[in-house]
Amino acid sequence: MSILLNNISKNFGQFAALYDINLEIPEGELVALLGPSGCGKTTLLRIIAGLENPDAGSVALNGKNITDQHVSNRGIGFVFQHYALFRHMTVFDNVAFGLRVKPKKQRPSEATIAKKVHALLDLVQLDWLHDRFPDQLSGGQRQRIALARALAVEPSVLLLDEPFGALDASVRKDLRLWLRHLHQELHVTSIFVTHDQEEAMEVASQVVVLNHGKIEQQGIPSEIYDHPQNAFVSKFIGQTNVFHVEKEDSQWLEHAGIVLDDPQGLIAHVRPHDIQIEKAQKPEESPIILKDWQHLGATIRLELSKVQSQANAANHIVYAQMPNEQFKNLNLNRGDHVLLQIKQAHWFN
Amino acid sequence: MHVATAKTFTAQPTFRDPQWLRFALILIAVSFIVLFLCVPLILVLSEAFAKGWQAYANALSQPEAISAVKLTLLTALATVPLNTLFGLCAAWAITRFEFPGKSLLTTLIDLPFSVSPVISGLIFVLMFGAQGWFGEWLSAHDIKIIFAIPGIILATLFITFPFVARELIPLMQEMGSEEEEAALSLGAGAWTTFFKITLPNIKWGLLYGVLLCNARAMGEFGAVSVVSGHIRGLTNTLPLHIEVSYNEYDFVGAFASASILAGLAIVTLILKSFLEWKQSQNRV
Repeated sequence: MSILLNNISKNFGQFAALYDINLEIPEGELVALLGPSGCGKTTLLRIIAGLENPDAGSVALNGKNITDQHVSNRGIGFVFQHYALFRHMTVFDNVAFGLRVKPKKQRPSEATIAKKVHALLDLVQLDWLHDRFPDQLSGGQRQRIALARALAVEPSVLLLDEPFGALDASVRKDLRLWLRHLHQELHVTSIFVTHDQEEAMEVASQVVVLNHGKIEQQGIPSEIYDHPQNAFVSKFIGQTNVFHVEKEDSQWLEHAGIVLDDPQGLIAHVRPHDIQIEKAQKPEESPIILKDWQHLGATIRLELSKVQSQANAANHIVYAQMPNEQFKNLNLNRGDHVLLQIKQAHWFN
Repeated sequence: MHVATAKTFTAQPTFRDPQWLRFALILIAVSFIVLFLCVPLILVLSEAFAKGWQAYANALSQPEAISAVKLTLLTALATVPLNTLFGLCAAWAITRFEFPGKSLLTTLIDLPFSVSPVISGLIFVLMFGAQGWFGEWLSAHDIKIIFAIPGIILATLFITFPFVARELIPLMQEMGSEEEEAALSLGAGAWTTFFKITLPNIKWGLLYGVLLCNARAMGEFGAVSVVSGHIRGLTNTLPLHIEVSYNEYDFVGAFASASILAGLAIVTLILKSFLEWKQSQNRV
């Protein structure tokens, strides 16, 4: 179902958690609410769920205003960061809970419930754990059970609050892909909250970037990455080098072939992979040297800096990134002078 | 837990306290308990049975003793459920809602612990006594509170209301509200959530609080003594009956009644350690 948020505001005492949020989420999307901690993303999710009331504004599900509807009547599924499984119930009872608390007339028979619960446990590949208690499961297993429990009531919207936040790095990677595939299978409109930009880009079909209670940008991952609308989004999504035209940094840009006569702004953001590098034949050709480099798997990250002048000891470091193969061919050593070429820069004020 | 500590200590002998210190500390603790807890308990029992079984049974079957037991049970029966309900409401409000004056409420719940029971009793006399604020109105409507059973129940209610709340507040804080929110999001109503999610998680702590509340309700002396008026066979609870008997040199009667309270204390202790064990099992 589609979700429409209109002018949502929320304050906690003096602190404005959300400020005039307008957001439309089309049916069937898997949307990431992305932002640094304290940006209001969890509050926004809880407002959609009905676990929190907005101070102003409205929430509409499929065109129907549900702002004043209690959380138990909204037909949403909510997955918590710390799973929130019922610790005194078995896995089976946890998943069956939503079906068993339905009003008598809508409640399926125990046999139907059992069939459905086992089907859901099969879906999350954990039916063999049905008689265990939550504290006997690993974090990844608990989160999958929590997801099965939320799906049991066939929610029209699935809301996930930092669903992988409490998991190990390797388990997190697996679950991310698994969630994406599950969504492709079920097509239920889903929103998940995360502070991890990599996770948002990898899993979501749409990303909403939030900062200080406001939406900075909304779009598909590639658009957010390739066309950041402001400096915050550019810095928050992926790595970026920041150059200030007014400061000494402008020397960098000139050396890298950017004309400064008519820049589109005063601050240039350059992605590391938009910097091309060539070995200088003679040291006099360039004041820039290769300081160090790190292997990041398939790519190499290079640390570049200017030849140390006595005047400014704290030197600006610029990062460039290139495939391993290319780096090998350049045959560079630490301290070598290099020539830069910036292929693309985003300008902000 | 103790085994684990002992093991760590033997593994690192440099951290071990000297033998004589350990021995001395254990000796002091044990002899203190023997002197102040076990000896009085044995004394109570030996005095109660000083003149044999027959005298013991006689003392307890006197109408005054029976009425004291009845009144004590009635008081507990009236106050414990009320304070259980109050404790649940207070703990719920404090751990689940944000409201102005919350920390003040948390402090006020402890008030009966910090105020002398005699003062607590006097408060009720000042309010409901013949010369009290509501005294005239009450006597005009022929309602008796002070020197009657309602006064005893009120004083006991006041003295025992912190027990359940104090036990539940840390427990519910630790539990958090996520499980309840999960239940609500799955379509459960407020009552269903309380009975199926909250209550199973806090039941051992709740029982523990109820147990302590009950022990105090049956054993309270100071506050009840002020409001009761010591009317024999009418407003004497067990602790008051013991005092009256003792003051009249009826040692067998006093100690026989005391043995009932002592028995209650022992049963409470056993149940208490069982509940503590259950609670720790629940948390693992």
